[in-house]
Amino acid sequence: MIDTALFYVFALMTLGGGILCITRRNAVHAAIWLIASLMGVAGLFLLQRAEFLFAVQIVLYIGGIMVLFLFVIMLINLDTAAAERQYSGQWKLALGAVVLAGGEIAWVMARGLPGLGAAAAVQDGGEGGSDGNVERLADLLFSEYLLPFEIVSILLLAAIVGSVFLARRRTS
Amino acid sequence: MTAFYTGTDHFAVLPALLLALFGCAVLLFEFVLPVGMASRRALAALTLAGEGFTAYSLYRQHSYLSSQGWPALTAFQGAVTIDGLALAFNWMFLAAAGLAALISYRYLETEGEHSGEYYGLLLFAQFGMFFLASGTDLIVQFTGLETMALSFYVLVGFLRGRRRSNEAALKYFVLGVLSSGLILYGFSVLYGISGSTKLSAVAGAVAGRGAGDPLIWLAVATLGAGLFFKIAAAPFHMWAPDAYDGGPTPVVAYLSVASKAAAFVLLLRLFLGPLAAAREAWQGLTVMVALASLAVGTIAALSQDNVKRLLAYSSIAHGGYVLLGLVAGNARGLQGIVVYLLTYVFMNTGAFLVLVLLRRGEAEGNHIDDLSGLMRRSPAAAVLMLLFLLSLGGLPPSSGFIAKYYIFLALVESGHYALAAVGAIFAAAGLYYYFRLVKTMFGGRELAGEPLAASMGTRVAMVSTAVVTLGLGLYPEPLLQLALLPVKP
Amino acid sequence: MLHPVGTGHYLVLSLALLLVGILGVLTRRNLVIVLMSVELILNAVNINLIAFSKHTGNLAGQVFAIFVITLAVAEAAVGLGLLIALFRNRETTSADEVNLLRW
Repeated sequence: MIDTALFYVFALMTLGGGILCITRRNAVHAAIWLIASLMGVAGLFLLQRAEFLFAVQIVLYIGGIMVLFLFVIMLINLDTAAAERQYSGQWKLALGAVVLAGGEIAWVMARGLPGLGAAAAVQDGGEGGSDGNVERLADLLFSEYLLPFEIVSILLLAAIVGSVFLARRRTS
Repeated sequence: MTAFYTGTDHFAVLPALLLALFGCAVLLFEFVLPVGMASRRALAALTLAGEGFTAYSLYRQHSYLSSQGWPALTAFQGAVTIDGLALAFNWMFLAAAGLAALISYRYLETEGEHSGEYYGLLLFAQFGMFFLASGTDLIVQFTGLETMALSFYVLVGFLRGRRRSNEAALKYFVLGVLSSGLILYGFSVLYGISGSTKLSAVAGAVAGRGAGDPLIWLAVATLGAGLFFKIAAAPFHMWAPDAYDGGPTPVVAYLSVASKAAAFVLLLRLFLGPLAAAREAWQGLTVMVALASLAVGTIAALSQDNVKRLLAYSSIAHGGYVLLGLVAGNARGLQGIVVYLLTYVFMNTGAFLVLVLLRRGEAEGNHIDDLSGLMRRSPAAAVLMLLFLLSLGGLPPSSGFIAKYYIFLALVESGHYALAAVGAIFAAAGLYYYFRLVKTMFGGRELAGEPLAASMGTRVAMVSTAVVTLGLGLYPEPLLQLALLPVKP
Repeated sequence: MLHPVGTGHYLVLSLALLLVGILGVLTRRNLVIVLMSVELILNAVNINLIAFSKHTGNLAGQVFAIFVITLAVAEAAVGLGLLIALFRNRETTSADEVNLLRW
């Protein structure tokens, strides 16, 4: 029961934070609401027994990415951006996305999902014991998913090299 | 615990390993070598050496598979599959990256942005594409896709001092990450219905649900929208003309052929793999997008005065033809897709190559008037451009004709007569804007200015693109053999 | 009484968050906020992955989510790098000022 109530609290945080984030005039306010939304997602991770991802979400996402965002916001002049018109004229595209996603939500709510209705409570039995979430995750990451782990190292290298190159002042 | 990193695993991913190794080597050598022309030349040479080694490792895979009668070689517990499809596309990526590296040298010197990062990212992008072509695991495909995409965002914005390049890169970035997000969402749904990230397991789950399931619908809608963004098909094409216009020309040549082919191979892996069972869910969508691409690409190209934008719209239309091959859905269609994308690598890179030649000193060389009187100024460049435009227009004896012929043949064989007719009409209309360029080159007033001079690399690229474009038109047998590989059981 | 929460609830929530993110990317002019909307989309993906991981009882979804977070970091870094490069040439972060972004 408490799980159900918590789900709605976190869901409200996630969705409300998201909506407020994309409607704020001031980028700093938007960043604060994004943090609220990300915290809600972290709570949902905890509800779903993803303890490691909960920690990663808080430390890396909220701690790391948001600092990056705030850094850039501080670097860039905000007063002019806040005074300008806030929305582009993309209402047709936006409306299309709303209709598609809204239709799908309505469909799912009306018909239910075959095979996804009830949460699989059976698997909860296997969660306990000394074999923690982090340990099993690490096992998987370094055996079955070793290859993507290595690919990601190149992805991060490309991102680092690229962003340093772009942000560096031209010498010539 | 299964053994990891076996000999087979190593053999399967060796081309990617070499690309990563040489990419890192280029980045490191830039720090070791003294600043100067000779060092920059060494970096370009190192990149080409990397492509050479990669080519050799691909050739070894090719000859091994052909000696075994084309089995699918799986590695990393099914996360990577080396088969005909993977090899055919990896050859394309290799050709595109090699040509881009060849034509970049002079251009980057002119722009004053010559550095090791460029070649590093070029190789890393190809590294990502390798895993798009040969990955059969959602996580591998997704990490490969993003490695490629991130490298391209930076490459398009590589001319840091130019606002057009910044803006083009930002626009490409914003729409690129949106499409990546949509594709990822589709991946998450595919994982959800199967509980596995392996495409083989996903295929079973999709077949069990059928096309009418809301989750399948959701996966197809998000994956479709994301992938059509990546291949720049209408109505998801709006980034392409601006990104092509603002990006450095050699990068645009690479982007227009390799990134499009990479997105197509992902589309083929998903739609002809696990989602083949839900064909009804995406067939109609694909037909509409293909027709919209043909219409938008052809009609918008008619009124373009900027050659790079014109080629961008023409590339949208070419994407439409390739999608028609997917609509046909038979073995001939798949063969047609590979033939089309492979010839497109050479003819489109060739056309951009001539634009690279025109970039001299202050002259941008992107406007149609810059081509004026090219025949008298530089007959070789004009004749080559004529050949590439003929091929893009799909006229014999060029290889572009073979490509279009196979797509239409596939449509007719699968009974899509109306689509074949519409495609032929647009192909004929497309001839008009290619002809407009030809007329300017051969009829227009000669422009004063520096004579065109090609660097060594550009010469090699010119000769090889021309030989392949013309040669495969006259003697298409090797091309058709290569394109048959994905179809082999 | 509240119904027990199933995977379907999470799916609807993630769809709604995806929609919010798409709307943010498509309609906002401030490029920093556009980048934040992208983070919302990636979080929608993660909610899905975690819920499905619990539902199907295997951890591959959580591994997938780790990769998605890694990607989010890399994308934010490259996006902000591009913004800074643009800012050096012209002092704006509004998509309105960026001519090409009037799509």
